[in-house]
Amino acid sequence: MGTLPQHLPVVNPPAWARVRRSRRMADRALKVTCTLFTLLGVAVLGWILVMLLIEGGRGLSLAVFTQTTPGPGSEGGGIANALVGSLILTVLGIVVATPIGVLAGTYLAEYGKGSKLAELIRFVNDILLAAPSILIGLFVYTLMVQPMGSYSGWAGGVALAIIAVPVIVRTTEDMLSLVPGSLREAGVALGAPMSTVIMSISWRAARAGMVTGVLLATARIAGETAPLLFTALNNNFWFKPNLMGGVSNLPVMIYQFALAPYQNWRELAWAGALIITLSILALSIAARLVLKKDKVR
Amino acid sequence: MSPIAVTASSAIGHSAPADLNAPVRIGVRNLNFYYGDFLSLKDISIDFFDRQVTALIGPSGCGKSTLLRTFNRIYSLYPEQRAEGEILLDGQNVLSSAVDVNELRARVGMVFQKPTPFPMSIYDNIAFGIRLYEKLPKGELDDRIEEALRKAALWDEVKDKLRQSGMGLSGGQQQRLCIARTIAQRPEVILLDEPTSALDPISTGKIEDLIEQLRTEFTIVIVTHNMQQAARISQFTAFMYLGELVEFGPTNKMFMTPTKKQTQDYITGRFG
Amino acid sequence: MSVLSDRMIISNMQSVRRSSQPVFDRVFRWASYGSALLVLIVLAGIIGSMIYGGMPAFREFGFGFVTSSAWDVGRDQYGAWVAIVGTLTSALIALVIGVPLSIGIAIFLTQLCPPWLKRPVATTIELLAAVPSIIYGMWGLFVFAPLFAKFVQIPVSSIVEGLPFFGTILYARVPSGVGVLTAGIILAIMIIPFIASITRDILDQIPTMLRESAYGIGCTTWEVVRHVLLPQAGVSIIGAIMLGLGRALGETMAVTFVIGNANRLSLSLFDPGSTIASRIANEFNEAAGLQLNALLALGCILFLVTFTVLVLARLLIAQVKAR
Repeated sequence: MGTLPQHLPVVNPPAWARVRRSRRMADRALKVTCTLFTLLGVAVLGWILVMLLIEGGRGLSLAVFTQTTPGPGSEGGGIANALVGSLILTVLGIVVATPIGVLAGTYLAEYGKGSKLAELIRFVNDILLAAPSILIGLFVYTLMVQPMGSYSGWAGGVALAIIAVPVIVRTTEDMLSLVPGSLREAGVALGAPMSTVIMSISWRAARAGMVTGVLLATARIAGETAPLLFTALNNNFWFKPNLMGGVSNLPVMIYQFALAPYQNWRELAWAGALIITLSILALSIAARLVLKKDKVR
Repeated sequence: MSPIAVTASSAIGHSAPADLNAPVRIGVRNLNFYYGDFLSLKDISIDFFDRQVTALIGPSGCGKSTLLRTFNRIYSLYPEQRAEGEILLDGQNVLSSAVDVNELRARVGMVFQKPTPFPMSIYDNIAFGIRLYEKLPKGELDDRIEEALRKAALWDEVKDKLRQSGMGLSGGQQQRLCIARTIAQRPEVILLDEPTSALDPISTGKIEDLIEQLRTEFTIVIVTHNMQQAARISQFTAFMYLGELVEFGPTNKMFMTPTKKQTQDYITGRFG
Repeated sequence: MSVLSDRMIISNMQSVRRSSQPVFDRVFRWASYGSALLVLIVLAGIIGSMIYGGMPAFREFGFGFVTSSAWDVGRDQYGAWVAIVGTLTSALIALVIGVPLSIGIAIFLTQLCPPWLKRPVATTIELLAAVPSIIYGMWGLFVFAPLFAKFVQIPVSSIVEGLPFFGTILYARVPSGVGVLTAGIILAIMIIPFIASITRDILDQIPTMLRESAYGIGCTTWEVVRHVLLPQAGVSIIGAIMLGLGRALGETMAVTFVIGNANRLSLSLFDPGSTIASRIANEFNEAAGLQLNALLALGCILFLVTFTVLVLARLLIAQVKAR
């Protein structure tokens, strides 16, 4: 190594140093704006939750869970019938949708790979995934309510199922296509028929993702109001065991009670809103945890 | 690159010599294979002998895996692939549409390049194949599973955790689990598609020992890109190049005195 | 081949092994095929029922149904124009507000966010999509609208009063907080999670090398986003926006709460209006005769519009995957 120079050469700042400031400003502006936007999004969710906790918490009492919805002008009351009705409709919807959605998703991922038909179905499914839910309500109205001459829980369940199916189809297909083909080949190489390979190997390998799909679909339909307006309608009493006639349910109850002129109705609407939102958020978070836990394993 | 050839030839003799009088288990006659319009196996005719290990060697893309995948017709999973010609398993053409492919695959087992344990317990992994074709009482099933694991030299390592997931085993153990799963079905032929290419040298050694053991019971066809491995474990070797069968014969003869120039170039490492 | 042999093993042994369930295998295959077809049938059913139910209204009013702004139950005169305008206006407002927010959030999540914060923030934004639409309606009507009336509608109205153009579109005759603009704002919040998460996926798919090489020549984050990421994502982001638009067009309950449900056309964004979906939700259960057909005809129009938008969205998003 030679000796170091005593004086380093002095370099004048380059000519573009002035440009730099505007560049840095633009950069700063982008970062601040994007961060603010994100904060805003998070804040809205927080705001909605706080509102629900305050307004809904006020209306919560034991009676909410034990009494039926009150008639116009009567005091007190609860939302027991709406809670049970919603539970039944949601379960009905998901029980109908799960086998159809899982099988259809299985067709797309296992049998129909690369076929034109599968491509069309995938495309249509994506459209249905985002289609306005009120139109599905209208469809089921003309399909079931008109011919049967009555609103019914069955119609409501079918409407919810139609909303849930695309969600399940999509997640099932996505999860099955993550299963390595070598696993299927290994099953086939043992002489297993395709159905056995799919049910015992593919489904099993993808089960966490498929459960997530079903949970997400449940969360999606549990809060749907529009498709129930013309199918299950609503009802201020306990519904008939055969589910014919109006079946009380939380979303439509909230819709009707929130806009009503009675104080106790509004309080019940808020209590219902709190219950339904917390349940749906819990379901959505649970769905994510199922998937995450599986990835860790 | 010639040291490879030296080590390869010095490795010959570790396994039993070829039995030139063994009967033929699989006879391939004039086999052509297509991926769509592309002809990837050209007029292949070759015999595989009963209870002998036959190694298929050749540079990648030469068709050795494709040939292996015709014996259990696993290629038929993919609609664009098809085979023409005859593959006689015990005298019966397995390419004929009259053959039940699932049953064929139970008779011709296959082990893949990467271990493919199913997402279930070690026990269920092996029971899976047995249950497909046999209804056994619990005790008998347990015996069959132990027998398979013992033959695959895995029993001592897993006997206390049969109910744990097969995915939790090491790569080498997983591959032996897959071999156990295959032999539990009591096939006649076992196809091995580069079974050690994803494994470390120690696991590879164990699998090679295992193949030597299994030869006494099964007809084995192994695809390998590792010539030393072919020399170590096989009785017969087939060299393939560009979809054609270049040379086939007893392994020691193939490595010591190959008759074709291409074979000689390949095993001395001049190409491939 | 020298060794082709005649010592072939010949066995006529009929195999004892038989695949146990060939029938089930076929049934299973057909069941999954049938279920997949059901998806097509449902879409066809929706189209069919709308056309069938709306036909009497189309036949009665002809193409005038689309352009007429009448909606008079007493005289049995129906036209879709007011609802169409309300639907398009509120959806466009939603895009104008929601798109920058969504893209900003996507940029934050992919470029700026520290790794440990990524998951919680992304989940929170996604949870916005899980909140039921009726809850947005209640929040909009009871919390947002009063604040909006007090802090926006009243002051803005007093400023713009008398001005040309702005005095018309931003003037509230009755500053109640509800109206087309409020609906647009609520819709904007509702479509954020959809646009943001797809945009995030698209940005994540862009190869890291491209980003790093841009940083490598001294680009700032802004320049990387502006000149590399956004052009690269290009049409796919437009696809994501269209998907958000599809959502906004068909959203029902939240809009029904905050749009005011007026049947007349107003030029002011602060005035109440109605959308196709809100009108159907409001009137369908009490409707009979021609009114019912008119509402189904509205549904038919809504279907055509959202279907077109969603198809375009899917085709545009598919672009990035093809590349």
